[in-house]
Amino acid sequence: MTEKSNKKNWPLWEIFIRSKNGLSHKHVGSLHAADAEMAIENARDVYTRRNEGVSIWVVESRYITASSPNQSESLFDPADDKVYRHPTFYNLPDEVKHI
Amino acid sequence: MDPKQKALLEQFQARIDAEEKIEPKDWMPDEYRKTLIRQISQHAHSEVVGMLPEGNWISRAPSLRRKVALLAKVQDEAGHGLYLYGAAETLGADREDLIDELHEGKAKYSSIFNYPTLSWADIGAIGWLVDGAAIMNQVMLTRTSYGPYARAMVRICKEESFHQRQGYEILLALCRGAEAQKQMAQDALNRWWWPSLMMFGPSDKDSKHTAQSMRWKIKRKTNDELRQQFVDVTVPQADFLGIEVPDPALKWNEESGHYDFGEINWDEFWQVVSGNGPCNRQRMEARVKAHQEGAWVREAAMAYAEKRSKRREREAKAAIQVA
Amino acid sequence: MSPHQAHFEYLLRLGDNALILGHRLSEWCGHGPILEQDIAMTNIALDQVGQARSILAHAGKVEGKGRDEDKLAYLRDVGEYRNVLLVEQPNEDFAFTIVRQFLFDAFNFHLHEALRSSKDEQLRAIAEKSIKEIAYHLRYSSEWVIRLGDGTEESHRKMQHALNSLWMYTGELTTPDEVDELMLEAGIGASLGRIKPLYDEKVSAILQEATLGQPESGYMQSGGKNGKMHTEHLGYILAEMQFIQRAYPGMEW
Repeated sequence: MTEKSNKKNWPLWEIFIRSKNGLSHKHVGSLHAADAEMAIENARDVYTRRNEGVSIWVVESRYITASSPNQSESLFDPADDKVYRHPTFYNLPDEVKHI
Repeated sequence: MDPKQKALLEQFQARIDAEEKIEPKDWMPDEYRKTLIRQISQHAHSEVVGMLPEGNWISRAPSLRRKVALLAKVQDEAGHGLYLYGAAETLGADREDLIDELHEGKAKYSSIFNYPTLSWADIGAIGWLVDGAAIMNQVMLTRTSYGPYARAMVRICKEESFHQRQGYEILLALCRGAEAQKQMAQDALNRWWWPSLMMFGPSDKDSKHTAQSMRWKIKRKTNDELRQQFVDVTVPQADFLGIEVPDPALKWNEESGHYDFGEINWDEFWQVVSGNGPCNRQRMEARVKAHQEGAWVREAAMAYAEKRSKRREREAKAAIQVA
Repeated sequence: MSPHQAHFEYLLRLGDNALILGHRLSEWCGHGPILEQDIAMTNIALDQVGQARSILAHAGKVEGKGRDEDKLAYLRDVGEYRNVLLVEQPNEDFAFTIVRQFLFDAFNFHLHEALRSSKDEQLRAIAEKSIKEIAYHLRYSSEWVIRLGDGTEESHRKMQHALNSLWMYTGELTTPDEVDELMLEAGIGASLGRIKPLYDEKVSAILQEATLGQPESGYMQSGGKNGKMHTEHLGYILAEMQFIQRAYPGMEW
C-alpha cells in the first residue's frame, strides 16, 4: 500500500453511555470518527442499537490521561488500612437505632 | 533471560493463575500482546468478511420479516468486527494497519466464510451451524484473561443470542414446508456441516498456539473440546429438524457420553486456510474494493473536520477580539 | 379514480418509496466505506424496510383483497409499483447514495410531518412513529452532503456530479397529481403545494452550506409514483427481491 505514512485516518474516540436517567455514564468501548458530532452519531448506531442508552459522551482517546499501573501500589494501597472510613469501624450498642 | 524479566514473567503468570484480568496498560510479555493482537484481529476480520456470504441474500430474502432479521444480523457482525478492532487497538495496534494486513493476505480469517451461499437455506445453515460454532468459542472467550477482549465478547455474546435462533427458525420453516424446501435444507446441511466442524481449528495435536494460549488463559478450552461440545449439542437439533448429518461414522457413544464422529478432511481445511477455497478470492476482492472505494469518503470527512475546526477557532478568536 | 382506489394508491406510494430505498441502502451492507458508516446506513435501511412493512400491511387492509405486506412486496411487477423514480436509482458510489438520500429525506420529512394529522388513523400512527426516524435520516444525510460537498476537491466533484444526475428526479416528489388531490381533499394526504417551498428551502440551504451548485430546474422526469414509466432499474430490483417467491410460488418461508 502506498502513502501509508502520510494517510490521515479518522481518530479514535472513547464512548460513554448513560443507560438510563439516574445512572452515570459508563465506558462501553471505542470507535472511529472524523469529528465529535460524527462520533456521537456513530456511537448511537454502534452502541445503542438495542435501547442501551439515553445519553452519550464522546472523548477523543488521545485526550484521556490514565494512571499508570506502575504507581498503582502507591496510589491505591494506602487506602487499604484506613478502616476508620467505614461505618463498621465504630462500635455502638444494639439498642441505638437509626444510626 | 535476565532476572528482572523473569520476575516480571512470573508475576504476570501469577496474576493469570489468580484469575486476575490483564488491562491495557499493565505489563505483559510481548508474546502475549502479539498473540492477542493476532487472535483478536483475526476474529475481527472474520466478523467483517463473514458479512459477505450472508449479505448475499439480503436483497433476496423471501419475506420482509426475514429481510429485516437478516439485515439486523449482518449489521451486528459489522458491530462485532468494530468492537473487536477496538479491543485490538487497546494493545497499541491500529485498525487501518490490521485491515491492510488482511487485504495484503498477511492476516487470516475464519475459513468458513470462503464457502458460497447458494440457496436461502444456506442462510439458515449459517445462523444455526456457523453462529452456533462461533458461540461455543465466544462464550469461552468471555472469560479470557485480557479485559477488553473479554468485555467485547460479553457484549457480542449478548447480541449473538438471536442469530442462531434466526437461522434455526429459517430451517424449521423449510423442514416443515414443501419437499423442495426440505431438500434445500438438507443440501445446505450437507455443504455446511464439515466446514462448521473445521471452524474450531486444527486438531489439538497440530495446533501450535493452543498450549501457550491455555497457559495464559486466552483460551480455556482446546479446539477438540469445543468441537466435541458443538457436535453433542447440534446433532439432536438436526434430528429435530428431520435432516441428516452427512457423516456415516456419526454415532452416540454410550460409554463416553459423547457422539463419535468421522475424520475431518484436513487437507481441505489447510487448502482453504491457505487461500484456495471456493470464494477466497471474491471475498478479498470485495473487501479491498469497499476499502479502496471508501478512501475518498474517509479522506473528505477528515478534510472537512479539519476545515471546520479551524473555522471555529478563527470565529472564537474573532469573538474574543470583539469582546 | 374512486377515493378508495386513490387511498390504496397513496399508501402504496409511501410503502414502495420506503421499501425500494431501504432495498437500495441494504445493498451497501458489507461494502460501506468504513465499518461505522456500514452500520449507520444499515440502520436507515432497517428503519425504511420497517416503515414499508407497516404501510404495506395497512395498504393491503385498505384494499380489502386479502393481500398482506409480502404479497404486495413480492408479487407486484414494475407497472404496479408506485415509488418515485428517485429512490430506485442505483447506488453508483457513496456520493450518489448520499445525495439521493438527502433529496428524498428532505421531502419525506415534511411529508410525514403533514401526515401526522391525517384522517387515516392508522397512517397517522405510522407517521407519528416514523417521523422520529426520518428526522434522524435527514440530519444524517444533510451532514454528509455538507461534509462531502465541502470536503476535498475530489469529493466536491463527485457530489456535484451526483446532484446534477439525480436532480431531474426531484420534480416528481412535489408535483401533485390526481391521487394527491383526492387524498388532500379527503384529509388523508399531505398538501404538496405546502411542502414544495419547505422542500426547496431546505435543499437550497444545505446545498449552499455544502458549497454545491444547485442545478437549473429544467426538465423533470416523472412516471414513478403513478407507475406509468419507471426507469429500467426497478425491474432488476424486483427480479432480485422477488426471486424466491417467484421460483417457488405459494410456499411459507
